[in-house]
Amino acid sequence: MKKNFRVVNNITPSLDGKGLMQGRSFYTDDLAQQNSLVIKLLRSPHAFARIKSIDVSEAEKVPGVACILTKDNVPHVAFTRAGQGYPEPSPHDKFIFDEYARYVGDEVAAVAAVSEEVALEAMKKIKVDYEVLEPVLDFEKAYENKSVIHPEDGIHEMFPIGFDPKKNLAASYEMEVGNVAEELKKCDYVVEDTFYSQAQAHAMLEPHSCNARLDEHNRLVVYSTTQTPFHMRRIMSKTLGLPVEKIRVVKPRVGGGFGGKQAFHGEMFCALVTLRTKKPSKCVFTREEVFGCSYTRHPMKITLKVGATKDGIIQAIDCRALSDTGAYGEHALTVFMIVGSKVLPLYNKVKAVKFGGHVVYTNHVSAGAYRGYGAIQGNYAVESIIDELAEKMGMDPIKLRELNSMKEKETSPIFEIMGEGTEGTAMIMESCKLPYCIKRGRELIEWDKKWPRKEVGPHKVRSVGCAIAMQGSGIPFLDMGSCTIKLNDGGSYMVTVGATDIGQGSDTMIAQIVAEELQTTVDKVIIYSSDTDLTPYDCGAYASSTTYVSGNAAWNAASKMRERLVKEAAEYMNVKVGTVEFDGKMFTSGEKSLSLEDLATNRLYNQDTRQIAVTESFHGHVSPPPFMAAFGEFEFDTETFEYKMIKYVTVTDCGTTINPMLAKGQVEGGIIQGYGMASSEEVIYNDKGKLLTTNFDVYHIPTRAEVGELVTEFADSYEPTGPFGAKSVGEIGIDTPPAVLCNAVYNAFGVRIHHLPITPERIFKAVKEKK
Amino acid sequence: MEVKFNLNGLDVVYYVKPGEYLLDSLRANGVKSVKKGCNASACGACTVLVDGKLTLSCSVLTASIEGKKVMTVESIQEEAAQLSEYFAKEGADQCGYCSAALALVVHALKEENPHPTRQEINDYLVGNLCRCTGLQSQGNAVEKYLGGKK
Repeated sequence: MKKNFRVVNNITPSLDGKGLMQGRSFYTDDLAQQNSLVIKLLRSPHAFARIKSIDVSEAEKVPGVACILTKDNVPHVAFTRAGQGYPEPSPHDKFIFDEYARYVGDEVAAVAAVSEEVALEAMKKIKVDYEVLEPVLDFEKAYENKSVIHPEDGIHEMFPIGFDPKKNLAASYEMEVGNVAEELKKCDYVVEDTFYSQAQAHAMLEPHSCNARLDEHNRLVVYSTTQTPFHMRRIMSKTLGLPVEKIRVVKPRVGGGFGGKQAFHGEMFCALVTLRTKKPSKCVFTREEVFGCSYTRHPMKITLKVGATKDGIIQAIDCRALSDTGAYGEHALTVFMIVGSKVLPLYNKVKAVKFGGHVVYTNHVSAGAYRGYGAIQGNYAVESIIDELAEKMGMDPIKLRELNSMKEKETSPIFEIMGEGTEGTAMIMESCKLPYCIKRGRELIEWDKKWPRKEVGPHKVRSVGCAIAMQGSGIPFLDMGSCTIKLNDGGSYMVTVGATDIGQGSDTMIAQIVAEELQTTVDKVIIYSSDTDLTPYDCGAYASSTTYVSGNAAWNAASKMRERLVKEAAEYMNVKVGTVEFDGKMFTSGEKSLSLEDLATNRLYNQDTRQIAVTESFHGHVSPPPFMAAFGEFEFDTETFEYKMIKYVTVTDCGTTINPMLAKGQVEGGIIQGYGMASSEEVIYNDKGKLLTTNFDVYHIPTRAEVGELVTEFADSYEPTGPFGAKSVGEIGIDTPPAVLCNAVYNAFGVRIHHLPITPERIFKAVKEKK
Repeated sequence: MEVKFNLNGLDVVYYVKPGEYLLDSLRANGVKSVKKGCNASACGACTVLVDGKLTLSCSVLTASIEGKKVMTVESIQEEAAQLSEYFAKEGADQCGYCSAALALVVHALKEENPHPTRQEINDYLVGNLCRCTGLQSQGNAVEKYLGGKK
């Protein structure tokens, strides 16, 4: 059902944009207590080592050192830092401090001192006796390697995820619909290829930060740059043995997350230091630590076999994947499963589909949640091989996609089979404008004029590439959001939500939903989010859940508030509820009328005084996917193989865009982040397993110099289960650039690049090899 | 050591260590609009103006600003508010971590070259990284802001 919206789907500036540009200081480290102890972490210089002993006696003597934490004096409880719901689908394979160091940069000790200088000086005096072990640095050799990365006792899975640490397996998964081998035999065309993607860094501008203090009740208060404050409170409670009611987690403004802030960073150390010393403390990661000692995208190897019959129908897809989770298994299984579950359903005409493989431990920086979450790795492989298949069949690659991709009211058996580490949920696509997205994008890029390539000058060639993508909208039956609305005197509303604004603008989006339903304006909606003491629960900002899950919660609460207001007004006017109309400002019933402001004043100060407030929640029974068609045009130098983006066209179906500009920002930000992974974000380890690309001068995220023209459109679409017809849009933008660029390179030079990023050097080598 | 300078129009005295950087001194003294993004002159989030010149405060010793004029976004509140409206219209603001520094850079650009081309805008802002937006929207916002049309 379509509505004429007043607030949603209209331009609304983000509520905090002005204040933040004016320098209002509400990020985590801005809010650290002035006299906080500074925590610095001693990190392993070895990729794999056993810690025989740690001697902190000299370090403790340094004046100004308040506390040193090591494996010898912290709780020894296996947990996962992943920041997921409970029970987690990630293995409990991490201890606050451990007997083993599993990558260069792994935490060995924490020093809390009056200043950074003192902490660093003391750190130099900690004597660690390491037994250096043989690291596993090649993820293709990790499985059943003689070096076992997690030989320790006490680690476990929460439910079956294929965890087998003695074989260096963090997780594994297999599924098959139909019989792929049989179907492939019947195909007229079969293509097979393998693709490698790298450990992309999140590179959010605000480093991971946290600080802790005790409040006047001696409760622990932790400020954190987290995407999951409620999960953080729960995990901290279980791991530290501190009751939930003794912990408050506050998420202030966050300077970008992209999944990197779903997990724990320094929070356990801050909590322990403050609990032990009774002093406030803070732990701010350096940029080098953000790159080298937090989390990366899971590097993967994906091998695909795809078969089609002469009529152009793709009959079978076989997808084998190998994922490198690094030292710890955060999101090991779930990222892996998304490779299949959020990519393969795009081609739902298949008679058989198979997906599976291993997620292995290595002695690299741990991988974790990252926008796209397996879908970008899968998309690079699948959308590249679809072009290979089209070429083999002599078919326009867009035509092949149009023939085989998901349409409205269709489904895929994969939805029912694959969920969040467990079984999934069957669903029909109630909204899927993918055919329109493809058609419209094709026009906008002028595909028919430009495909596959054009000479545009001496040594210059321009080519185009395309890809389609899907994602999800939260995790059905798991993700929950909630919202409390109370009426203030004056007739404004205080809205509190657990939903976690990490810069994507969820506070604004939720305020719009509430304002729309209550027929008011966003300036009458005060929003406060993500504080475990003051706001109701929300799973947090991940899995493209916020617009759909938290947005629906806000919509439910606003509807309930509307009902409640009408009831209160009827009582006040002494009329029947059914006779009352409310236009956002006035209640009317026949001749009688009452303003919202008067009702609010009356209920707070005069007759039958009470607080008018409601709380509602939402959890999805489906996860309606947003869809996208993407088209890129690039100009290549045929001598140096350098290239630049000329234009990138996307047409997205995310249902109603609650905030069209913020939705555009999500899509375009995703594209450029995905383009970084596709083109320039080279991850380099040395032969000892040390990550070398640990600051912006050596790890090249796209800058204003590299970005071409972005053309971003949305399909006219309405998702019946979403708030005002909306689906989520946080991740889908990132998925397509690797395949789009890879296909454009093929169209320019006739070579397929099987490793990301697609650097001029890789193109040069491929072209040379071809000759 | 003692360093006297003018901060946003007011004379101040900071007590700092000899090797201390301006970014750390400002934040230690409560000026938290200045952000530490990389501490390696690579991201631009710590940008301030020293005697009107764009300066990365993570890479300047506080001792070296004795007697100078330092401006942070607190000096250009009205301008920042206006610029933010253009950012909002273009969907160019997200996490905001780089916003205050960007406002200062745009202020400096306006002083230096009031009517820049799009290429000049991109060149001038290139050192200020943003990971959230697609960057084009920010360029659009600055272009429209300097062009004076809303």
